[in-house]
Order: sequence, then C-alpha cells, then structure tokens
Amino acid sequence: MTSPAVHIENLSRHFGQFKAVDNISLTIERGEIFGFLGANGAGKTTAIRMLCGLLKPTSGTGRVAALDIYKQSEQIKKIIGYMSQKFSLYTDLTGLENMQFYGAAYGLSHRDVNDQIGRLSKRLSLEMLLDRRCSTLPIGWRQRLALAVSLLHRPQLLFLDEPTSGVDPVYRRHFWKILYELAEEGVTIFVTTHYMDEAEYCGRISVMHQGRIIELGKPLVIIRKHGRTNLEETFVELISNEDRIRAAN
Amino acid sequence: MQRIRFIALKEFYHIMRDMRSLTIIFLMPIMMTFLFGYAIDMDVNEVILAVADLDRTADSRDLVENLYASTYFTPPDEQVDFKDPEQILRSSKAYAVLIIKPGFSEAMKGGEDYQLGLLVDGSDNNLAAAVQNYTTAAVNRYLINKLPPRMTVPGVRVSYRLMYNPDLESPRFFVPGLVAILLLMISALLTSITIARERETGTMEQLLTAPVKPVEILIGKLMPYTLLAFLDGIIVLVFARFVFSIPFAGSYLLLLGFGFLYVMTALSIGIMISSLVKTQQVAMMLAFVTTMLPSVMLTGFIFAIKNMPVALQVITNIVPAKFFLVVIRGIMLKGAGLDVLAMQGVYLLIFMVILMFIAAKTFRTKVV
Repeated sequence: MTSPAVHIENLSRHFGQFKAVDNISLTIERGEIFGFLGANGAGKTTAIRMLCGLLKPTSGTGRVAALDIYKQSEQIKKIIGYMSQKFSLYTDLTGLENMQFYGAAYGLSHRDVNDQIGRLSKRLSLEMLLDRRCSTLPIGWRQRLALAVSLLHRPQLLFLDEPTSGVDPVYRRHFWKILYELAEEGVTIFVTTHYMDEAEYCGRISVMHQGRIIELGKPLVIIRKHGRTNLEETFVELISNEDRIRAAN
Repeated sequence: MQRIRFIALKEFYHIMRDMRSLTIIFLMPIMMTFLFGYAIDMDVNEVILAVADLDRTADSRDLVENLYASTYFTPPDEQVDFKDPEQILRSSKAYAVLIIKPGFSEAMKGGEDYQLGLLVDGSDNNLAAAVQNYTTAAVNRYLINKLPPRMTVPGVRVSYRLMYNPDLESPRFFVPGLVAILLLMISALLTSITIARERETGTMEQLLTAPVKPVEILIGKLMPYTLLAFLDGIIVLVFARFVFSIPFAGSYLLLLGFGFLYVMTALSIGIMISSLVKTQQVAMMLAFVTTMLPSVMLTGFIFAIKNMPVALQVITNIVPAKFFLVVIRGIMLKGAGLDVLAMQGVYLLIFMVILMFIAAKTFRTKVV
C-alpha cells in the first residue's frame, strides 16, 4: 500500500464559463496533514467535492488511495470521512441517533456501531451530549459530533472543509490535537481552513486562488521563500501578487 | 436492506418530531373530513319557498303541505304578494317561488300537459341548482307516491330518481373524494418537502458522501410516507363509515390496489418536484400548485367536469386524481368492480410508470 492518499493531475471543474477549479495537480502522501488554503470562492470546496465523489470533474484525472474518482467513487466513499463547512447532521435527531444512522449508512454491524460510538465518544468527550438533540448543542460540540460521525467507519482519509470555523480557540486547539493523533495512526487529513495559525500546524499546504494552486509546500519553506515572518503575511502577498498579474494580463 | 431500514427510521423520527408534518398527517385528515362533511354543507336546508297556489284544490294543498313537511323548505315569514313574484325574490323574502297554476288537480287525474312554475333566486349558483333539484325531486316523489303505479303525468318531464345519493347528501359526495386529496397531499407534498429539506440544510451532501445508493435513499424516504398516506386513507374511511354513516359498498382489496398505483404516482410527483427545487418553501408552493390545486379544482371533487369549458375538460385528463376519484366513489358508493374501473386502472398505471421513470431520472441527475 504505497500508493499516495490523493493523486490528481490537471483536474478541472467548470460551471458554464466559470472555472471553479482550473487545472490543478497535487499528490498527498499517506498520514500527511495537508492544509488546503484559499480565499472564499477559490475553489477549495469544489475540489473536495470532486475527491469525495459528490461532483464529477470536467477534465483531468484523480485517484484517492489508488481508486479512480470517475469510476470508483462508491469504493472511495467507504474509505473516506467527510465533514462539510456547514453542520450537516440531522438537528432533530440526538447525537446517538445521528451516529447510529451513519453507522448503518456505512454498513457497519450493529455491534460494531455501538463499539465505535463508545470509543469515539470517550475520545472526543461526547458522552454527555449523546442524548441531546443536535439543535440544542453549541457549535463547538456540534463540530466534535460531526468529526465523530466522520470517523465511525475508520476512514483512511479525512476530508475536513473548514471544520473549526466559528469555534472558540480552546476548542480549536483540542480539535487539532485529535487530528494529530489521527495522523499518527496513519489517517491522511485533508483540511481547508481560514485560520493561518491552523495552517501552520499542517505538514504541507497549498494556496488556491481563482481555481488554481499558486503555491505548494511546507509552511515554513513557503514563508521563507517569500521573505516573510508568518503565514498570514505570506498569504496576503501571494493573493495580491496573483491579482496584480491577472490585472496586468 | 439495513440501510433502507435506517433511512426509513430516521425519516420517521423527522416526522414525529416535526409539528408541521404531524399536523398535516394527523390533524389535517380529521379536520378536512369534518370540514367537508359538516361545514361545507352543499345541502340546502330550510330554503324559504313561497307557494302561490292558484289551483286551490285539495290536491294542490296536499302538495304544498308535503313540500313544507320536509326540512328542505320553509314558508316565508311574512305575507308575500304574488302579483309580482320577482319582487319576492328581489326583496329576499323567499329564495324561490313555486306557482301552482289552475289545472293541477285536473292533471293529476287526467294526465293533461301541465307545468309547475318555479322561480329561483339565481344569485347563488349552488343554492339555485340545489333548490331546483330539490323541488323537482320533491314534486316527483309526491307524484309517484300519489299516483297509481304505471300511470305517468305527462306534465312531469323528468321522471326523477337520484341514484347513490338519493337525499343529495354532501358528505357522500365529498368524503370519498377526500381520500384522493389526502393521499396526494401526504405523498406529493410531504415527500417533496423532505428531500428539499435535506438539500437545503446540507444533510443530503453528507449523506451522499456515505456509500449509500440513491435508490436506497429513495425507498427509505418513501416508505414512511407511503404508510402514513394509507393510514390517512384509513382514518377518512373510518370517519366516513362511523361518523357520516357512508356505507362501503365495494371491495377493500380493490381499493387498496388502486390506492397503491395512485400513491406511487403521487410520490413520484413529489420526488420530481423536490429534485428540481432547492428550498422547502419552493417545493411546498410547487407541490401545492401542481398537485393540490388541480386535484381540488379539476377532478370533479367539487366542481363537475361536464360543466367546465372544453379546454379545461381536456386538461383534467392529465390530473391523476381525476381517475382515482372515479375509482374511490365507484368502489365506496356504488360497489363498482374491476370490470367497470379497468379503464381508470389503465390510466393510473400509465401515469405511475411514466412519472416513476421521470422521477428516478431527475433524482439521479439533479440530486445525486
């Protein structure tokens, strides 16, 4: 099993004239925490949706754990976990009911589901919110529950689309601690974020702008390459440079 | 199989925890049954009828007594002047004026050509039609009771006998039709909302990242609504039988079979709608406009199709509820069997196959 976790080449997705994702190529190794950066509307979510089998690409090739994103999306779904920007569990169900439902959706046995629920709720300290309807949970707890659901079927890869937006700093730190643990266990983590401090926790990052990847590498290397002291400044510079080039053309 | 079961279970939780759905499913059928059974009473009682008896014979007096003996007619409160019968109507002293010209008694004996004159206030369409029918029916009943058998009165053009609803009771007319309306409402309206809601809240996206097949989502989602639609049908039938004393003349099994075709058709419409729209609001509006409205207006549920303009009559043929309405009234009131309802069966089957096909396709291309 030495195939990369994600390998895409010249992947594009157009909506009419609009190129949401424009010819991106990327390889992510297993066990990596990969940060997927970009401003709003840069095409991050579209890219993730293609990798998760929610959206067919317009052109290019892509493999997730050696599985073809065109033809094998059903197999891909079994080995990935996904957490979207917006809380997308059922708010009128309790945490436990949500987990039981998704356990069944992933085809886990009844016993396995219960084992996993026990294990994950301990790990993510969810015990006390299992019996509460999600509509009554504060956002930080909701996100924790969503993470637990995405981990139920022991995925090899985790796609997290801005998992910590709107969450307080203490909880964000806790969340990242869990991500590190998961990565050490060999789970590949593909995460988009707005927070530059979070991006610095990533093994590697890419910066996306108007559908294209304009920078890719280790955070520190990128910062140094641009002669800056932190990622935030570097990010702003990258984006404004790119805008200047586009405007000149 | 396990997935479908859990999707159905989850859907069931959604319904049970949502006041709006609960209201539609459990309160609506009961409310509508009573509304159409009692409140929207198209029956007319105690219509003020003024009778100008110009014949002044024992026979004519007997007829008048007979008319007032029923609950349909009551005499005017004040004395009216028959010189200008129209004025009676204009001043609303009476809704109708019956004029018994001289010769009524003669006609009863000899069978000469004779006509009773009836003047009806036409400003209320329904009332006018009802009064006309009642009077004709009442007079005819009087004549039939009075005359020796086989003897006909030439003056009476319509030998009236109302079938199936001899007393022209509204509940018999409305309540069976309600089953058609309610099945449609639960199946099309609620399913269209449930899929649109999952799209609106983003839960559909999460669900689709799991290895769940579209067909599993569809079946799992539809199962609770199919059951609840039938439950609603049963509620109305129970009320029909025990509250409105409407007999069930035909076969329950046959009705179940037709009900299945009809519900599948309605569910398909619901899926189609929710696949095409993005929000619950729009789904509800669209479902209402495309299913509820035509089903109430264009099926003969309230308004007779034969009284519609030809263009509208043609349009009624694309409303599935029209055919189911014929079926349920036929089975419930007339005890009709498959032999007479075969054509309706074919129509409903065609509707079902076509709509299911389109629904599956739109769901696949637009949602998944």
